[in-house]
Amino acid sequence: MAKKNYVLEKRKFVIGGIALLIVIIYGIRLFTLQILSDTYKTASDNNAFLYNVQYPARGAIYDRSGKLMVFNQSAYDITFIPREIVGLDTLEFCRTLNITQEYFERRMQDVQDRRLNPGYSRYTNQVFMTQLSAEETGEFQEKLYKFQGFDIQRRTIRQYNYATAAHVLGDIGEVSKTEMETDPYYARGDYIGKLGVEKSYETYLRGEKGVEVLLRDARGRIQGSYNDGADDKLPVAGKNLTLSLDVELQMFAEQLMQGKMGAIVAIEPETGEILCMLSAPDYDPAMMVGRKRGNNQLALQDEPTRPLFNRAIMAAYPPGSTFKTAQALTFLQENIVDTQTAFPCYGAFIYGGLRVGCHAHPSPISVIPALSTSCNAYFCWGLVRMLASEKYNNAPAALNKWRDYMVSMGLGYNLGIDLPGEKRGLIPNGDYYTKRFGTERWGGLRIISTAIGQGEILATPVQICNLAATIANRGHFITPHVVKSIEGAEMDSLYRTPRYTDVSPENYEYIVQGMRGAVVGSAYGSTCRRANIPGLEICGKTGTAQNVGKDHSIFMGFAPMSNPKIAVSVYVENGGFGATWAVPMGALLIEKYLTGKIAPERQYLVDEITKANLIPYAFKQ
Amino acid sequence: MRSNSRNIWRSVDWWTILLYLLLVVAGWFAICGASYTYGEPDFFDFSTRAGKQLVWIVCSFGLAFVLLMLDDNFYDVFAYLIYAVCIGLLILTLFVAGNVKGSHSWIQLGSVSLQPAEFAKFATGLALAKLMNGYGFTLHRWRNVFNVVFIILLPMTIIILQDEMGSALVYLAFFLVLYREGMPGVVLFAGLCAVSYFIVGIRYDEFAVLSIILFVEIAMLALIGRKWAAACYWLAGMCALFLLGYLLLAYEIRLPSEWIVLAMIVVFSIWLLYISYRERIWRYAGIVLFAFGSVCFLYLSDYIFDDVLKDYQRVRIEVLLGVTEDPSGAGYNVNQSKIAIGSGGLLGKGFLNGTQTKLKYVPEQDTDFIFCTIGEEKGFVGSMAVLLVFLILIWRLIAVAERQRNTFGRVYAYSVLSIFLFHLFINVGMVLGLTPVIGIPLPFLSYGGSSLWGFTILLFILLRIDAGRSRR
Repeated sequence: MAKKNYVLEKRKFVIGGIALLIVIIYGIRLFTLQILSDTYKTASDNNAFLYNVQYPARGAIYDRSGKLMVFNQSAYDITFIPREIVGLDTLEFCRTLNITQEYFERRMQDVQDRRLNPGYSRYTNQVFMTQLSAEETGEFQEKLYKFQGFDIQRRTIRQYNYATAAHVLGDIGEVSKTEMETDPYYARGDYIGKLGVEKSYETYLRGEKGVEVLLRDARGRIQGSYNDGADDKLPVAGKNLTLSLDVELQMFAEQLMQGKMGAIVAIEPETGEILCMLSAPDYDPAMMVGRKRGNNQLALQDEPTRPLFNRAIMAAYPPGSTFKTAQALTFLQENIVDTQTAFPCYGAFIYGGLRVGCHAHPSPISVIPALSTSCNAYFCWGLVRMLASEKYNNAPAALNKWRDYMVSMGLGYNLGIDLPGEKRGLIPNGDYYTKRFGTERWGGLRIISTAIGQGEILATPVQICNLAATIANRGHFITPHVVKSIEGAEMDSLYRTPRYTDVSPENYEYIVQGMRGAVVGSAYGSTCRRANIPGLEICGKTGTAQNVGKDHSIFMGFAPMSNPKIAVSVYVENGGFGATWAVPMGALLIEKYLTGKIAPERQYLVDEITKANLIPYAFKQ
Repeated sequence: MRSNSRNIWRSVDWWTILLYLLLVVAGWFAICGASYTYGEPDFFDFSTRAGKQLVWIVCSFGLAFVLLMLDDNFYDVFAYLIYAVCIGLLILTLFVAGNVKGSHSWIQLGSVSLQPAEFAKFATGLALAKLMNGYGFTLHRWRNVFNVVFIILLPMTIIILQDEMGSALVYLAFFLVLYREGMPGVVLFAGLCAVSYFIVGIRYDEFAVLSIILFVEIAMLALIGRKWAAACYWLAGMCALFLLGYLLLAYEIRLPSEWIVLAMIVVFSIWLLYISYRERIWRYAGIVLFAFGSVCFLYLSDYIFDDVLKDYQRVRIEVLLGVTEDPSGAGYNVNQSKIAIGSGGLLGKGFLNGTQTKLKYVPEQDTDFIFCTIGEEKGFVGSMAVLLVFLILIWRLIAVAERQRNTFGRVYAYSVLSIFLFHLFINVGMVLGLTPVIGIPLPFLSYGGSSLWGFTILLFILLRIDAGRSRR
């Protein structure tokens, strides 16, 4: 029996201590891994759970009479799992898909490039080609068994029943990086509304994506559904939209606008619903669908006539003489003039060295005939008188007051239409000119072109149409909007609440009379005679906006006078006098809307307008 | 003999058997979780891993019973013979074994394959115990040291030749036994220092290692030389210099920190030598020698690592030590294992609910990475419980070892507990991403007949020897 060595026996504490130390260190490590840190939990979920997204059907879009305009069609993506490709006959593959060998190789390289495709993995589905039609994939589907590792996935893209209203309908495309960052709902490859109502009503149209939680093993194979599907979510279909547009009217407007640049807007005054809205030239919305979208978009972007630009809400034009209505309303309300006040006009407004030309008509002239005959001098006098009035201390203060009236009529600021990209136009205030002239001591003469809707004043076609609607309503409007109703949801209160202008209804009556006079004629002359369609009680106002090239032809009007159903504004770029093109176009639109047809005696007019090509030579290629 | 077999159930250490059963049962449940694939679980089907493990467990109970029934003198008497047979088997394996995952360590016997390396451990323990039990044996004789090292290195070398690096490294555990039996502590300490210098040197830089060397040198002055005051001054000086360097860094002045620390070591060593000469205490010179050896080791290992090792070997070591991140390559296992454990949380995902292990994200999850399944399904509480059971087992075995009346029993007992400790240290450390990925199983928990039987034999021979202690 060995003698006990007590010094060495103490070493058992060292050995036991080492064991304790190891367990303590590992205990601390376990604590940090399992309790202090969440990253491993997340990493584990990313590993094991495959969130199989189920796409909802996007809401359909109808016109105001219930005609289906936009719906979904199936498109097919060709996908593949890189590691599962075995013995691919590239030649046959390319022939079946009707692609070249080079395209195949380039595509494969792109898919594997992690800069272009950060989600690349040999174990997961990769997209080879997107948005093929059923015809294009038909043969491929049949031969799918030959191409091991490849698969076909169904997606839905948009289809259009009418080649019209592209600017209003807009389009959808794959989400951009910024869109994904601003809204976590979207994932790579998702579609999102890019323009038009597709964009502004995106949250209603898109519905809610569903998800199926699947378990994925280390080799990327699916091992079944997690938790027996308790965490799965069914997709919720998108809401259908009913537009306020009238497809017939819209297409008729587009027919009239053929070969022209400009915009037409029509509003139902009572509701603020936009009956038609077009910007010319336009394009077929179907061009923006599927694989052609990218190329078509680039081509349209390069067109000098800018078809992608929605002139109806984005183009700020000088309103020209249509603006005189707003002027008259302001002068009357502010008691600068009354209906009897008359100003002299002998073919021009002449004051000091200043001369603003007018046309021949009897003089002096009061407000109602001045509107009918569109007398420049009357409104120049009015503005000069208002800015010189003792009431406001000085001209800037007077102009600010004037501006408040304009703003109350929906000018100078975004109306708040339910389409993306609306521009606000420009109504200058006192400071604007004080800054420009470097002094507060300026008067009406220095800004005289403002009086006739030229100079700095800018307004969009929809603002002018809204002005017509305001007059038709005798003093209020509802914010114009293109969507009439959303399935299962209420419209924004903005599109249900009337907004009142600062001008009282009785003053509007004078303006209505003036505009009616412009159509039916007055002792002082009239500008809109071509709009006079018996029985429709059209009220109108022409405009001619001076332009670097040929003047823009403008018409603003509504009908019937006593119970207005439609207000329109027509802008024809380089159309010359308002009376030449815009007036008959506006009148025909009104006729079409109110009677549902064009009377045979005016069919010649439709043909004449349709045939006219007013796009300046500089824009033609 | 007859009375002995009757009394065995009274004198056997039931605490150890209880801990053994706990581990084996915990292991079986973990294997159920790890090998379970979706569908109807049938853990008693012998074609599944859980079912097979059940067979191994029942067999190992039978084995344990047989081992307890043998005479305790049997092990003492036949120690060398058992050792010789095992060595022979190892050599035989070298020639007949096929290639299994790059190693040649499995013998195929019909449908069962055995890994002799698992059985060589207890044989080595027995041979070592027998040798050190010899009359007048002392480690102070070189001849004895040579014999001891030979007994340890012989199986180790053969196993290395079988390309089973992990199993071979386990034999290093015997040095813990030698430490208990009188090997100078400085050898163990130097060995630990060498390993940590190497790891720190690769993971960080020379500056870090030199700082540790300087710190160890100062600590040795305090602990061995008992010069607390002087050590405190030097330590304060070292800290002050570090602080200065850190402050200068804020002004973007970079000092050659590696050379400054090296200079400090030299200055400190010269001072120590001077003290040693003045006070005629040669221990101080020993400290200097230790520091000198450390610095030499550092630069030599740097040289070997950078210039001698091949690129792939270097990469492998770097990935093992976590210097380079490579989640899809060699570091994949460790990364996935950390994810599995980390996702377990406090209480775990529950039995059979671990997604990482079940979906096979962790390779080798029922063998070497079994601890991950416990971490994921049983959480922090379950993992700590397993670690604590191991700690109690090791402490219990220390108590058992120290109550042996002869060196044979004690040496064998320490061999057993050192092997368990080494496996625990490397295996759990690997799963937690702390130690290099060396493929050795976790005793009693990992799937596999050879490993379970090997550990059972190791433990129950000890229990048999212990049960007979009172007769001697």
